[in-house]
Amino acid sequence: MKRIKHLLGEAAYYIFILVVMAFFGLPLLWLVLTPFNARATLAVEIPQPFTLDNFQQVLNNTFAVRALVQNNMIIAVGAMLGVTLIATLSAYALSRARVPGSSQLTYILILFSSVVTGTAAMVPIFLIIFNLGLIDTYLGVIVVFIGGLLPAAIFIMRDFVEGIPRSYEESALVAGAAPSRVFLDVALPLIRPGMMVIAIWSFVQAWGSFLIPFILLRSPERMPASIAVYSFYTEAGTPNITLVAAYSLLYAIPVVILYLFVNWRYGFRFFGGIKR
Amino acid sequence: MEQKPPILSWQSGALFLVPAFLFIAVFLLFPFVWIFYLSFTNQTLLGANAANPQFVGFENYARLFDFDSWLNRGQFGSALFITAQFVIGSALIGQVALGLALAIVFFRRKGILRELVYVLVIFAWIIPDVVVAFSWVAFLNRDEGTFNAILSRLGFGRPDWQLEHALLSVILFNTWRGTAFSMLLFSSALATIPPSYLETAEVAGASAFQKLRDILLPLLQGHILTDLILITLWTFNTFSIFLLTAGGPAYRTEVVSIYTYRIAFQFFDFGQGAAIAVVVMLINLALALIYLILLRRQSVYT
Repeated sequence: MKRIKHLLGEAAYYIFILVVMAFFGLPLLWLVLTPFNARATLAVEIPQPFTLDNFQQVLNNTFAVRALVQNNMIIAVGAMLGVTLIATLSAYALSRARVPGSSQLTYILILFSSVVTGTAAMVPIFLIIFNLGLIDTYLGVIVVFIGGLLPAAIFIMRDFVEGIPRSYEESALVAGAAPSRVFLDVALPLIRPGMMVIAIWSFVQAWGSFLIPFILLRSPERMPASIAVYSFYTEAGTPNITLVAAYSLLYAIPVVILYLFVNWRYGFRFFGGIKR
Repeated sequence: MEQKPPILSWQSGALFLVPAFLFIAVFLLFPFVWIFYLSFTNQTLLGANAANPQFVGFENYARLFDFDSWLNRGQFGSALFITAQFVIGSALIGQVALGLALAIVFFRRKGILRELVYVLVIFAWIIPDVVVAFSWVAFLNRDEGTFNAILSRLGFGRPDWQLEHALLSVILFNTWRGTAFSMLLFSSALATIPPSYLETAEVAGASAFQKLRDILLPLLQGHILTDLILITLWTFNTFSIFLLTAGGPAYRTEVVSIYTYRIAFQFFDFGQGAAIAVVVMLINLALALIYLILLRRQSVYT
């Protein structure tokens, strides 16, 4: 009896895994196969005939290539640097200076940032950027990303800094090191893995985003890839399927590589688990 | 909590916090206050009302809550109703429940299958919005799409997902898109549970279900509530499904984030858009407060 129950349990386990893998994997399978197919199709099929010509054509579209390697890079790297630096400084202060209720403060901050977000928040933020004269500039997009990503970054970073023993910094202070030395030479090297995770997380967020650049940018030459992909539509508004797929794959690859790097180097997980 | 001597003096601490405070003030606190003011004006982007917006009292709100038409397709009430179904379907039932199930099923299991499932779920989460939208348009296509290819093989026919089951398809899409966060949160929470708890239960002969009900779920309560708050708010405000359906067909997937976008950034009626944003933010605040009260209550008892 117990043996049958165990077997049933194992069978249920494998069926569950099969269904989950199909659900999460199949929508992406099209993205991996279609760019290599000479025939346009919405079905998942082995490329027949196999070709690299789609990539050739995509790379000939200078507008779309510039969107990917220039505009997307500037926006994502800008957001990454800003978020990582500011979040590191403030998370360190929240953890190491005497800030009353810093844990509750960061929790309320992340909740509040989840309330003032999305299209609702874009109404006043658009007007702020408009009045600052930053509409249709990279800087405008970057500062909005920093403002939006900062609360979550501080939350994750503070958790990380809290997990680092204070004894190194304390003994450096006792040995007479200046506080700035303690931060730069003792604390920063210990925090660096956390900074890497925040850097990559913020890069990925800014890299893939559609709404913020869509609303804040105007000129075609500054559009990131999420908008430039529509240049592979015909004038009648129908997509050139193989080119859209090829460009989408190129657009997704940096994110996938960064994830695999973080996973291999640091392990992709939440430090300590988000809780109160 | 024990008193630890601070490593950073309060002066340096304050200095370190200045840049973060500036950004939070400009992009979080100020918008939240300003939007209340904007919602009482007829601010637009262009024309006379752009430079000199007039105070219009509750006019924007009156238009929003015009109860003769408010449940008609493309109106505010209808958008709220669709959002409620979308949040319950894709956030509560979809992401949180599926994420919890995945974390529990793979709890204390290692191996290639677990790694494979985790990688696929995480890819669905991190790949750019536009890319996943294209993949899903292909996936759900009536005649060629993979989903219907499987369904028809299993004898379920070929429903036109984008037309007949539009809301269900965006719920499936958003579940697919966001489950990774809950899965990762729960599996790192499970990893902090001391193995001795479960070993004791096993010695006492507890079944898998009993272990789940009496040990794992109670210990996860705080995490589940935190996850519920964040996922509910994020799902309420997500704009990604715009790329899949643009709110259509015939406004059937127009959640409030898309409705706000249409009023504020297609018609450039910022006053009206601000009124919508105020209502949306107040609903979000109320939801966050309910969860916070629940969280406080449960942390008193455990």
